[in-house]
Order: sequence, then structure tokens, then C-alpha cells
Amino acid sequence: MSAQAAKRITDIGPPHYDKFLHPVIKKNYGKWVYHETLAPGVLCHVAESGDRIYTVRAGSPRLLSVQTLRRFADLADKYCGGHLRFTSRNNVEFLLDNKEKIEALKKELNELGFPVGGTNNAISNIVHTQGWVHCHSSATDASGIVKAVMDVLYDRFTHEDLPAKLRVALACCLNMCGAVHCSDIAILGIHRRPPKIQHDVLSKVCELPTLISSCPTGAIRTKTVDGKQSVEVVEEQCMYCGNCYTVCPAMPMNDPENDGISIWVGGKVSNARSAPKFSKLAIPYLPNNPPRWPEVVRAVVNIVDVYAKNAKKFERLGEWIDRIGWPRFFELTGIPFTRYHIDDFKHAGLSYARSAHIRF
Amino acid sequence: MADDQKPKTKLLDELEKGPWPSFVKEIKQAGEKSPVCDDLLGQLELSYEEKKGHWKHGGIVGVLGYGGGVIGRYSDLPDKFPNVAHFHTMRVNQPAGWFYTSDAIRTLCDIWERHGSGLTNMHGSTGDIIFLGTKTSELEPAFKELTEAGFDLGGSGSAMRTPSCCVGPARCEWSCYDTLKTCDDLTRQYQDEMHRPPFPYKFKIKCSGCPNDCVASIARADLSIIGTWKDDIRQDDAAVAQYARAGLDIRKDVCDRCPTRCMEWDGQKLAINNRECVHCMHCINVMPKALRPGQERGATLLIGSKAPIVQGALLSSVLVPFVPENELMDTLKELIRRIWEFWDEYGNNRERVGELIQRVGMANFLDAIGLDPAPEMVAAPRDNPYIFFQKEEAAAEPEPAGA
Ligand code: SF4
Ligand code: SF4
Ligand code: SF4
Ligand code: SF4
Repeated sequence: MSAQAAKRITDIGPPHYDKFLHPVIKKNYGKWVYHETLAPGVLCHVAESGDRIYTVRAGSPRLLSVQTLRRFADLADKYCGGHLRFTSRNNVEFLLDNKEKIEALKKELNELGFPVGGTNNAISNIVHTQGWVHCHSSATDASGIVKAVMDVLYDRFTHEDLPAKLRVALACCLNMCGAVHCSDIAILGIHRRPPKIQHDVLSKVCELPTLISSCPTGAIRTKTVDGKQSVEVVEEQCMYCGNCYTVCPAMPMNDPENDGISIWVGGKVSNARSAPKFSKLAIPYLPNNPPRWPEVVRAVVNIVDVYAKNAKKFERLGEWIDRIGWPRFFELTGIPFTRYHIDDFKHAGLSYARSAHIRF
Repeated sequence: MADDQKPKTKLLDELEKGPWPSFVKEIKQAGEKSPVCDDLLGQLELSYEEKKGHWKHGGIVGVLGYGGGVIGRYSDLPDKFPNVAHFHTMRVNQPAGWFYTSDAIRTLCDIWERHGSGLTNMHGSTGDIIFLGTKTSELEPAFKELTEAGFDLGGSGSAMRTPSCCVGPARCEWSCYDTLKTCDDLTRQYQDEMHRPPFPYKFKIKCSGCPNDCVASIARADLSIIGTWKDDIRQDDAAVAQYARAGLDIRKDVCDRCPTRCMEWDGQKLAINNRECVHCMHCINVMPKALRPGQERGATLLIGSKAPIVQGALLSSVLVPFVPENELMDTLKELIRRIWEFWDEYGNNRERVGELIQRVGMANFLDAIGLDPAPEMVAAPRDNPYIFFQKEEAAAEPEPAGA
């Protein structure tokens, strides 16, 4: 092995978190007693020792330039002895041991355009994916829709005025990087046409057995086209999941006319009160309408507003619907119920109403 | 670069307006130093015009000796946007709990400015720091600088993916085990499985300190580690009374919302029947100064959650109802070993562990990994009478009691 190769460092894992903890956190690690919310986006955690650590949480677009990250680093130096962290929902958190500095930090964050909030019964940042910025299988963009929706829901991020937490997530295809399927409101990019098979290259770039077995409904069959080995898709069996495209580039799904957005509601991850649950279909299809996707924004805001007005304290969106029932949800939101709302995949029967409990 | 050479981005410019922080501004800002961002904006504007993505199916690229951590990305319009002809992603393993110092952030920024677009995601869906966009030739130099600075790549492909955890004991009073340590230990333990994909498909582990599950482990991890406690909720009666005096309607907002109705409030005293508590966290969330998780702490281990691809979405289900905190790491390592062994042997290509369990049945899976069935594992026993009795057992079955 050459001297150079010997020096190559691999498999060291990430830096140990211990190096990055605020001294107050290090000292009181595992010894926190309770916390309070001082204002939306501002938390105070109190330790057994009586020490306090203050957190100021700000929303970010997730896609961040190094310039902005350096600005965060400067703020952390100025207010936090250089200590900051990020949350699972792409917020940035500044950790302070001095309460007196909170207002000045908030002011600077606001001036830089990063809103402080996202705690408790506020809408937190929208977890999202890459979209047209950086993914090959997206049925829609991610960052653009998030921006358009959050511009309108901005006050719901900076105020904690909802009945409970409300978690919104977006994925630009059914791969669902970021598993949006258990969100209060999920915005999901969907295809609505079968893959467009590129017969001329298929056998060169894809393995046929892998391709055929990739389809969950068995819709793909071998076929010889113009003397070349290829496949055909039984259209009635295709539900546009894109599994075939994932394993075979010659099965592209993109279709500007038919791709778009579906909206799902009522999921949750937390065990608080009711068990975790999946989001259910609210709106099967809305068009892709960049740059601001007005139909999607309107639909999301409508659901949020109707929920905010009707749910009781502590009811997550899905818990509210459990109480009032789906017919009332569709009635209150004005969303039409269609044949697409009735499941027809595996276990579909479990979602049929199997009682005579009906609200009139 | 002169302004007239910047791409015209009429549609994207629209997304610089409005109060929420703008990703378009971020791309433009990075573009001041890094010309590749102009081509990214140009291509993205075209996607906005055509309602269609312009990235090709990923190719296999990476750093020497690793089979993951880099996602190959190529423009399908390389002639028009040559600077993003290759635009690969590097997944950089985040420190547990996403804690940083300003110096660490600056180090990452400097490396990425030298070797990539200067655009990041803080963080990607699995938890990694995402370095968005670079050429194949920059991968190895970027990797070298990263490792010299103490960072490493995360997982991708059919590998163990980068584990992630909630803020846990670092800043949360509810954490029932050390989520950061567990996450960090697991990450170090399985470097090989992360960097050299050995599995039928991906395998994710997420550590949440309590049933609030702030990292969504029950929905997003093949192995979900959710902190919980076994003894009684710690209760400070004076603080409960304080909440009542401050106007909290304890009966309505706490007791009536308890899923098992195991709490009673007579106007003076809060009584909890802890044997019926399911550890949902609601009452503790509402009265953090008065109620706290108990002291006999550990975790519930759940298995199998995933997004819809391939056979439909799953939530994780209970595998081990309770592991005491001091046995957690050993139990995890042993279980993970057995799970991987079985999955490796029986899992089909692109079959997640949860789907394998659906296919072979939970009881068979338990046999394979050597766990006894427990009633905590099911919402209810089966209601269908098509039971596959095992031959030896049917013969050896004792007479039913009372026969
Ligand atoms: S959700 Fe689909 S389109 Fe979006 S980033 Fe993930 S794989 Fe790509
Ligand atoms: S999109 Fe899905 S259902 Fe349709 S052919 Fe491809 S794998 Fe099968
Ligand atoms: S999961 Fe529980 S312990 Fe972890 S941060 Fe959330 S509330 Fe705290
Ligand atoms: S944690 Fe949940 S189940 Fe247990 S007493 Fe509190 S509200 Fe009831």
C-alpha cells in the first residue's frame, strides 16, 4: 500500500456530539426537570441544578447556502457562545444561557428574514424533499410549493393559535423521502399515466427480470417490439407508483400534463392520546401550477382554517376527524368525495365502514 | 459575472417575494461565488416553465472503497446547462442530535465552497447534512477534507442508513434513555454496513426518547427505538394544584383526554391508575411542571415501518415491549444481528424488513430471531380461524383444561 493510500481516512463516523454541546447542556445532560414556552419559538428548559438553557427556533427553507450558514454561525457566536443545532423539521435553533439576549437575537433573525416560531400549537416547518431542484423521479417541485404555502401560513408559524400541533409534510413522488404518510396534512406529488417505455434502449439499460418483479401489481410483461426485447404495461393494472422507473431508467414517468398533487390528512406520529396513524386521502388531484401552485395553497389553507375553527383544544387534525366523522369533514371543507377516495389496494376492506354508525 | 449573463428566471423570481425565507434567494446567493448555481437556476426555471424535472436517473459514483454516501445526479440537458452536467449529492453524517459549533459549521461551509456548489440541505430526510451538487472529480478531494475535519459520509442505497435521534437528554426532560449516545454508538458500530451496502434494501434506525416520537421513528424507521418507563408517573401535587389555580381544566383537558381514562381529578387531588397508563405522554405534555416520566426507564423496540414503496406503507409494530436502559445497547446489537441474518437470507431484492414480516408472518419472524410471542405485540389476537398449527405441537398438545 502506498504511503498516500495509507493516510486515507475512512469509516470514522460523524464527529462525537459531545464536542458540540453548549456548556450548560453538558453540565445538565439528562438532568432537565421541566420547560416553559416564553413566546412562540422561544423555550426555556430548567435543570435540577436550577440552570436554564434558552432556545430560539427559526424557520429555514432547508435549502441553505453556505453564506446563510455562516450568518447563522456568526449569530451563534454573538449570542450563544457559538452553539446552535437544527431540528428534524429543518428549523435552526440557537441555544442561549442569557435570557437578556433573546430579544436582540430575535430581532436580528427577523431582519435576516428567518421567522421565529414553530413551537407547540404553531405550524412547524414543512418537512420536504428535493423536487425539480435535485431529483429524477419528482412529479412536482418541493421547495416552491413549500415556499408558496408557508408564505400564506406564515402567521400560523409565528403564533401558537391552533387547537394542537399541526405537522405538514411534502414529498414529490411516492418514494416519499421524508415519509409524509403520517402527517396532519401531506402534500404528495403523483403521476397519473403509466411509464412511457423506451423500447429502443430498454434491454440495454435494464435487467428484465428485475424490472418485471419490481411492479407491485404485476402489470409488466415481456414483449418484443421491432425485434427488440422489451416490455409492455397492462394499463388497467398500473397505479403509477414509479417502482419500475426506480429500477429501470427506460420507464420514465414524467408527464407535465398529468402529473400533479394529492392532499392527505389526519395522520400523526406522536403517541399522545390516540395511536399513531396514517394520513388519509382528502384531494386526489390538483394540477401543477408553478410558480405558486394557487390550487394547492388554497386547499391547504382551507383545511387548516376549517380545522382551526372546528376542532377542540388538544385535538390533532386526525383526532378531530375521528370525532366528527369523515362525512362531516368533507361537508365542512367543501371537498368532494369521489370514487378515488375508496381504497382498492391490499387490505382495502379494512377501510370500509363496517357498522351502522352514521351521523346525519 | 455581468448581470446580463445571469439566467432570466421570471417564474423563480416570483418565489423571492413573500415573508417565508426563499430557497431561490439562497441559490442566487450561492451563485455569487459559484457559477454552477446559475445553471441550476436556469434548469430549474425550465422545469417551472415545462412542469417537468430535468435530472436523469442517478448513476453510480462515489468515493474510493465506499458503496454509498454519494447520489449520482446528471442533467438531461448537459449541453444547455454544462455546469450541472454532473451535480452529485454528498450525504455527510450529521453529529447526533444535530448539534454544532459555529466553527464546525464554518468548516463544513469552507469545504463545500471549495469543492461543490455551496448549497446544502440542513438536513436531508434521513438526517444527514446534504451537500447538494458537485462534479465527479471533486468527490474524492471533498471526502478527504471532510474526513480530515472529522466528518464522514452517511449511508445510501441498500445499506444501513444514517441513524438519527431526537434532542433527548441533551435538552429534553422526558427522554427515557440516552438517544444521542445510542444513535452515536450504533452509527460507529455499523460503519461497514453503512458504507458498503450489504442488504436486500435500506435499513433505518431512529431513536426517540419518549412516545412523543419527535423523529417519527414509528413511521420512518425499520427499527424504531422509543423511550418509555415502567414505574409510576412522577407527580408533584403542589404543581398540579398550581396548574388548576392558573386556570387549567384538569378534568376536561387532562383526564378526559387520557386514552385509557386512568386519571381522576376531584378538584383537589389528581389520582393516576398507573397500571392502566399506556404511556402516551398527553398528561405530561400538558403539565410538564407537575408530571414526569417514571424512573424505571428504557425503551420499547418496534419493527418494520416504511413509506409505500414497494408493497404499501407500514407503521412499526412492537417487537420488545420494554428493554431497561442499561441493557439497551447489548439487546439492540444482538437483535439487529439476528434480524439482519434472517433478512439477508430470506429477503427479496428491494424488500424492506417490514414487508418481509408481512410476507412470512410475524410468528415465523419471531421464531427466526428467537423471540417469544407476547400480547403487547398485537392490537388484538387473530379473528380468523385459519391457523397453521405446527405438527409437533398439535400432537404434543395436552388435554385442554376442564375437558
Ligand atoms: S420524494 Fe421522490 S421525487 Fe421527491 S426527492 Fe424523494 S425520490 Fe425524489
Ligand atoms: S408505475 Fe408501478 S404499477 Fe405502473 S407499471 Fe410501473 S411499477 Fe407497475
Ligand atoms: S421524543 Fe420525547 S424525549 Fe425526544 S425530544 Fe421529543 S419529547 Fe423529548
Ligand atoms: S401518559 Fe397518557 S395514558 Fe398515561 S396517564 Fe397520562 S394521559 Fe393517561
